[in-house]
This record gives sequence, structure tokens and C-alpha cells, in this order.
Amino acid sequence: MTRTAPLVDTMGDVDARHLTHGLQVAFHETGLTYPNGTVALEDVTLPVREGEFVAIVGPSGCGKSTLLRLAAGLERPTTGSVAVGTRSVGFIFQEATLLPWASVRRNVGLLTDLARLPKAVRRQRVDHAVEAVGLGGFGDHLPRALSGGMRMRVSLARALALQPEVMLLDEPFGALDELTRQEMQLQLLDLYDREGFTALFVTHSVSEAVLLADRVVVMAPRPGRVRAVVDIDIPRPRGPELRFDPAYVAQVQAVSELLRGEQ
Amino acid sequence: MSSVPVSGAAPRALAPRLTLHVGRLALRSLRGALVPVLALAGGLLAWYGVSYLVLAEDRRFLLPPPHQVWQLSVSDPAHLRPMLEALWITAQVAGIGFVLATTIGVAVGALMAQARWLERVVYPYAVLLQVIPVLAIVPLIGLWFGFSVTARIVVCVMIALFPIITNTHFGFRSIDRGLRELFVLGRASTAQRLVRLELPAAAPSILTGLRIASGQVVIGAIIGDMFFAQGQAGIGTLINTYRAQLRSEDLIAAIGLAALFGLLVFAASVALSSLLVGRWHSSGDRH
Repeated sequence: MTRTAPLVDTMGDVDARHLTHGLQVAFHETGLTYPNGTVALEDVTLPVREGEFVAIVGPSGCGKSTLLRLAAGLERPTTGSVAVGTRSVGFIFQEATLLPWASVRRNVGLLTDLARLPKAVRRQRVDHAVEAVGLGGFGDHLPRALSGGMRMRVSLARALALQPEVMLLDEPFGALDELTRQEMQLQLLDLYDREGFTALFVTHSVSEAVLLADRVVVMAPRPGRVRAVVDIDIPRPRGPELRFDPAYVAQVQAVSELLRGEQ
Repeated sequence: MSSVPVSGAAPRALAPRLTLHVGRLALRSLRGALVPVLALAGGLLAWYGVSYLVLAEDRRFLLPPPHQVWQLSVSDPAHLRPMLEALWITAQVAGIGFVLATTIGVAVGALMAQARWLERVVYPYAVLLQVIPVLAIVPLIGLWFGFSVTARIVVCVMIALFPIITNTHFGFRSIDRGLRELFVLGRASTAQRLVRLELPAAAPSILTGLRIASGQVVIGAIIGDMFFAQGQAGIGTLINTYRAQLRSEDLIAAIGLAALFGLLVFAASVALSSLLVGRWHSSGDRH
């Protein structure tokens, strides 16, 4: 898709000046204070390049999820701006968030249905997405017949069916057991390499962040703010053997130290 | 079926164990059926006991024994037919009342869930409807709607409305926040949200309301029969007449029929639940 579409924010606070060439998401001096006075975010400036994978780590209460919700337009900033360069945004929740009465295929096709895409396109997108997450053959199953990991795959496929240019992932693997979690991380790496979206990935696992991302944003709590941004210079494609790579281990250690910082 | 490639040896080897298993299952279901049969027999025995041991002969008309109810009323077409005809009238009243209460109740419950202020405007009226004793408002209903079938339907609607409204409202309110946000992100229209999220998600709760209402509506129809006796007679009308004429065999038969009808309606609404949401929601499972 060519980038001639107008710059879009999701709620009308667009400040296109900060969404310069090559950027897909731009937080500029973004702040969010709730009506009760709680400062969720303070003065966050974070540009995200097109096609980049950015992970956000931080302790609970540091506003990392809020950052995603702002990008998705589920919240609006009270100061500064958030700009997203596309309307084509996928969002992955912490829970799989599926319609319990609908089959895997109908769940995957939900957002394309809501967008009223032509029927043939919908079918083709759903086929592709279901295959891409390895759920071929489970199309007619109901969510309750699936394991936690498989449900999360359905959730991923649902976002993929939109062919999003930006993917926002809010601790998507937090509720999974360790083994499933590692599987899903590799699956996501694979999808990222093939589908080529821009990703903003919130997690509290440093090792997960370093494994997946080009840049890791370390946040600090009360008020939520960016403490450091670390470039991860590990070439792609990345595989499971990376977990024992000294360069990777060193990066994990560095980010962990930044995260411990001043608590 | 000769094309099915099954080796003959395996099923044969399984056969004795299978028979044993089937036998055990049959025994268990027999034992399962035995309990209700015994309960029924116990009930009839108690009935005979009251008729013959508690009541003296001159007062036996208060509770005639089962076989007498059968002989003098249920098995005699001249007695049974008017009862069945009246029951059919009552069933129609209950049915129309149920459909109206469902339509109004789901609409009001859904409306209340749209905004807090709407809830605060509408809910007190729903509660009012519930706390006004039906018998107290019967004269007013008669004045407004006449003392015939229309008034009976109104009673049905009034008595069935509250559980439908509150359960629908609860169902809409309990929808997962993540799913709601998903529909916001998908830029769903109000109609899409209603049809693809809210109604199906609230269905188990709405059906719970309908199950309660289905019992209420039968009560409402029979009360209606008794107080609005003009026009075609319902089973409640007959029950009143039998009481006045001291026809206790017919009275008991009619009450039994009314109870059977209520049971049938309840069973139908349970079946509806399991048909509509049983596939994905535990409330629709058969217990």
C-alpha cells in the first residue's frame, strides 16, 4: 500500500508534524492524566519507524499498556499527541478475546466482516490467516474446544486477516505456560518476517522483548515515562537457538539492569 | 457397508466386555428410573391415605381418591373435552402474553443497558411493575381493557415482564470489556454491535429470564381466567366454576391439567435454551 493516504490518528488529535517520513507511529510529548489525578503517562516521545518491531517493557503501573491503547484510539492523550500513519491497525489483547459461540473461522473473519469487505476477499483472507498461524483443520472448532495457546493463535489470525500495517500487542503471551509461550514467540517472529507489519509489543518479560524486537523501550512507573531505549543488534531471521547466544544474553542482561535502575 | 476396512477380530474380542458394559449401563438407568417411580407411588399412597384415613366419608369430597378422579373426570370425554378446550384458550393467552413480554422485555432491557441515565429512568418503573401485586391492579386492568381475553393477556405480560427485563439488562451489562473494545476497534455500527456481539453474548442470560417468565406466564393466564371470565372460558375459569359447584373430581383434574401444562411450557423453554446456547454456554447444558 502506498503511503498517500492522509495521516490518521484514531481519535482526532492528529499532529502530523511529528509523523515525518518513514515513521508509522509517533508519540510526541504524550501525557495522560486521569480525571482523578492519576498520571498514567508523562511526556513520552517515541517515534516508531515503518516496519520496525518495538517492544515496551516495564513494571506494572508504568503505563505501557496505556501507550498501546492510545495508539489504538481506545484512550486519548491529555497532553501532547499520538499519530498513527494508517487506519489499518491490528490489536491483540492480553486474553484471546474470542466470541465463544463462533467457530474459529468466524472469529478470524470477524473484523473483515465488520469492515464489510467483499465476500471473496474475506474468505481468502480468513483462509490465509488460519493457515498462517497453523490452525488449518481447526476452522470449525469452537473456542472452548481449544487450548490457551491455540486461542491466542486465533486472536493473532483475526488481526492478520485485516492485513494490518501496524500491529499492537498488549502482553499477548502473558497468560500462557512457558512452553506455549516460547512457541508463540517463534510463531510471531515468523509472522513478522513474512507479513511485514510494524509492531508495538508490550511485555514484562525482558527476554521476550529482546528476542522479538529491534528496539526495546524501558519504562519507569509513577508517573509512567520512558527511562531508556535500547537497540537490539541481532540479525533476522531469529530462531530458538538465539536463547543461548552470548550476544542475546548480554542484551537481556543490559536491559534487565536498566529496568532495575532505580527502584 | 462392505467397503469399510475394519478387521473383524477386534470387535469380536471386545464383545464380552461391551455386553458387560451395556448391562451395567442398563442397570444404572433402571435404578435411575426406579426413584421417580417410587416417588410417584409414594405420592399416590399418601393421597389415598388422606382420602380414606384422614377424611371421614361425609367429608371425602374435599379430596376424592385418585381412582375416583380418574373414573369420574379424566377418563370421561364429556368431562375432559371442555377442560382441554379451556386449556387451549389459556395456552393461547399465555403464548401471546409470552411473546409480547419477550419483545417488550428484551427491548427495554437492551435500552436500559445503553446508558446509565436511561437505566435510572426506566428501572424504577420496572421495579414498580414487579412490586404492584397483580391482584391489586386487577380491577384497574378490567376497567381499562374489559373483562375478557385482552385483560388476561395484559396480566400475563405484566407478570412476566420483570424477569425478562432484568435478565436482559444483566446480560448486556456483563459482556466482556475486551470484546466491546474489539468492536470499537473494528468500527462496528450500532446494528453490527447489537446483532454480532450483544444479543448473542446476552442470550444465555436472556434465556434464563425467559425460563422464569415461562412459569410466570402460565400463572398469569390462569389468574387472568379467574378474574376476567367474559368471553371464551379458560382453564382458570373452569376451576372457579368447579369450585363453586363443589365438583371436586373435576376440580382436581383441572388443576392437574394446568400443572401439566406449566410443566410442558417449562420443559419447552429449557429445551429452547439448550438448542440456542447449549453448544457454547454451560447454562444451556442439560442437567
